[in-house]
Amino acid sequence: MTSNPSAVSVITGNKAAAEAARLARVQVVAAYPITPQSQVVEALASYVETGLLNAEFITVESEHSAMGVCIGASIGGSRVFTASSANGLAYMCEQLSWAAGSRLPIVMGCANRAMSAPWNVLNDQQDAMSQRDQGWIQLYCRDNQEIFDTFLQAFRLAEEVHLPVMVCYDGFILSHTVMPVEIPTQEEVDAFLPPFQSSTIVDLADPRNINPVTLANPRGNVEGTLCHGYMEFRSMMQRAHVDALTAIDRIDEEFASQFGRRTGGTTRSYLLEDAEVVLMAAGSLASEATVAADFLREKGVAAGVLGLRSYRPFPVEKVVAQLKNARLVTVFDKSLSYGYGGPIFIDTQAALFASEKRPQMHSYIAGLGGRDIKARELADAAQSSLDWLNEDKGPKEAQWLNLQL
Amino acid sequence: MTDSMIEIRWHGRGGQGAVTSANMLADAAYRAGFKGVMSMPTFGAERRGAPITASTRLSREALRFFSQVEFPDIVIVLDDSLMNSPATVHGLVPDGFLLVNSAVDPASLDTGVDYRIAVTDANTIAKEVGLMISGAPMVNTAMLGAIAKATGIIGLDHIETAMAGAFSKAAVSRNFEAACKAYEQTVCLFCSEGKK
Amino acid sequence: MVETRHCEQQTAMSWPCAGEGGRTGDWRSMKPVLDPAKCIAAKKDSIVCMLCWVFCPDNVITRTAPPEIDLEYCKGCGICMEVCPSQAITMVPENEGQPALNVEETGCDV
Repeated sequence: MTSNPSAVSVITGNKAAAEAARLARVQVVAAYPITPQSQVVEALASYVETGLLNAEFITVESEHSAMGVCIGASIGGSRVFTASSANGLAYMCEQLSWAAGSRLPIVMGCANRAMSAPWNVLNDQQDAMSQRDQGWIQLYCRDNQEIFDTFLQAFRLAEEVHLPVMVCYDGFILSHTVMPVEIPTQEEVDAFLPPFQSSTIVDLADPRNINPVTLANPRGNVEGTLCHGYMEFRSMMQRAHVDALTAIDRIDEEFASQFGRRTGGTTRSYLLEDAEVVLMAAGSLASEATVAADFLREKGVAAGVLGLRSYRPFPVEKVVAQLKNARLVTVFDKSLSYGYGGPIFIDTQAALFASEKRPQMHSYIAGLGGRDIKARELADAAQSSLDWLNEDKGPKEAQWLNLQL
Repeated sequence: MTDSMIEIRWHGRGGQGAVTSANMLADAAYRAGFKGVMSMPTFGAERRGAPITASTRLSREALRFFSQVEFPDIVIVLDDSLMNSPATVHGLVPDGFLLVNSAVDPASLDTGVDYRIAVTDANTIAKEVGLMISGAPMVNTAMLGAIAKATGIIGLDHIETAMAGAFSKAAVSRNFEAACKAYEQTVCLFCSEGKK
Repeated sequence: MVETRHCEQQTAMSWPCAGEGGRTGDWRSMKPVLDPAKCIAAKKDSIVCMLCWVFCPDNVITRTAPPEIDLEYCKGCGICMEVCPSQAITMVPENEGQPALNVEETGCDV
């Protein structure tokens, strides 16, 4: 589909997030401002104030309260939106688990930022990746159009699989950078995203207790019927995550058939079909890596990119299938599981363990705290890994890209 | 500077509107037919008065990379006191454009390096059209007119469209007037033919 | 008797009703007995005092004159006895009235 210039706005990633929330007709917004996410909150506050968006904007004193409000509003049947970054997200930590365990379709934007200390407001992905095991779906966006599109898909996804979705986009690199974004009309968005139907809605005529204490084992209620214990609920949550892999890809297909654009769903590949050398990353770096792949191709190296969009759930089968022809996979992580390695590297290596043909894998830690990464540096790193492989030097230690130590 | 990709770095002081103008340049360039446009502020904590930069990248194709601009084709300086810093023209490519808001003769800014020099007295223009905030002239939008004149990468009509997307009607009128005046008054050295 | 599962909900939920917290009447070793001759509400035949109703943590005392105690779910905590200003409630052993244990001499020589 060719872009209709009149429907294209040159806007920041934060504005794209706010526009998506507006067109999704969110009913409750509760958020606390933090750099680099603040513009999302400011935009939504102004939409509500000027009547562009018919929603309750609930001011709160902390991110913990913001997520608390989102949980309450979502239980009450509202379509809910919030956004945060870094330490704000960490402050939500305890409530993130409540949101996921309650199976609430809350959609949150995370403008990815480095975790302190030392103090830093710039981009890496440590904040979201540190919340890996809370039960939230995490989707990573490569540019501002993808931010907009992913948010619309996230509401559909969350409400279908009953899981909260965190839409992650690189702070400053995307959040504060303007680029063209095609914004559909309200009617077009309404056709894609029907109104939210809650499964938890609290009704005075049918009072109920959400999240009563569950015990180690299932327990009979007063009528003698057996209710799930904690482990049954957690098993269902894992099932939902696995099922979400299919849902993410299917919803992207449906989105593509309506809007003529796709996000790629769980992954977004570039020149992978015949790629011997694969560069792997999440977020804007996955886009930057496509330019690196072009550089390598110009030099005669069959390079491609596997952009990871869904970090949780992790698309194991798709990743394995897409790497089946690779000799070498270089993974560029913008975060670190301290004491082990880059999270995407670790997961990809684990995913490939059962595979018959395992490529050599090299890990690069890159871009922490806003350190700039250029496409040619990605290409150089991949080339040096390829040389290493060709010289049969065996396993390679994780490298820190552009480290000046 | 190739026709397919143009990289621009803005130098200003916190509060002078470099980011706003950089964003409007991206918008105007999109309207002028560049498919890939992006504009990014300095990634840091900006404060009023502190030297800041912003970058704009324009391409005939959709842009896939976000790393910071290293070798700008155009450097735009909102405050000629920033010319004292070597960082201001750092990396400016041969035959690139240096656009300065200044009341001095462009020849006096010629350091012998191979770039084209354009000067606009945006302070005076801003005062004339009443673009004053807290006693300081808002020079950022006038410089958009200077870019149009010196480089020809965007036209005044694209600037007006971009302003309409960012400002109220009354503000568009004054800011566009500033851009038009700058377009008329920009003095270029080697601009059309290059220095060599 | 525990028979079927009805947890089609993905979110843990329960519906408020007597016994949702379990058959707490089974927990009791002492039960409250109300003496209408001392109970203020009973004597005035009016909804007054009601401190037992207010304080009962299991909500098993009715807001009536006299108040009635649902021994199916009363867990025997004794709070109603503590708060009653006219000492109308006494806690008596659960097995009161049953035949006493008949202790026989065993001839054990200590």
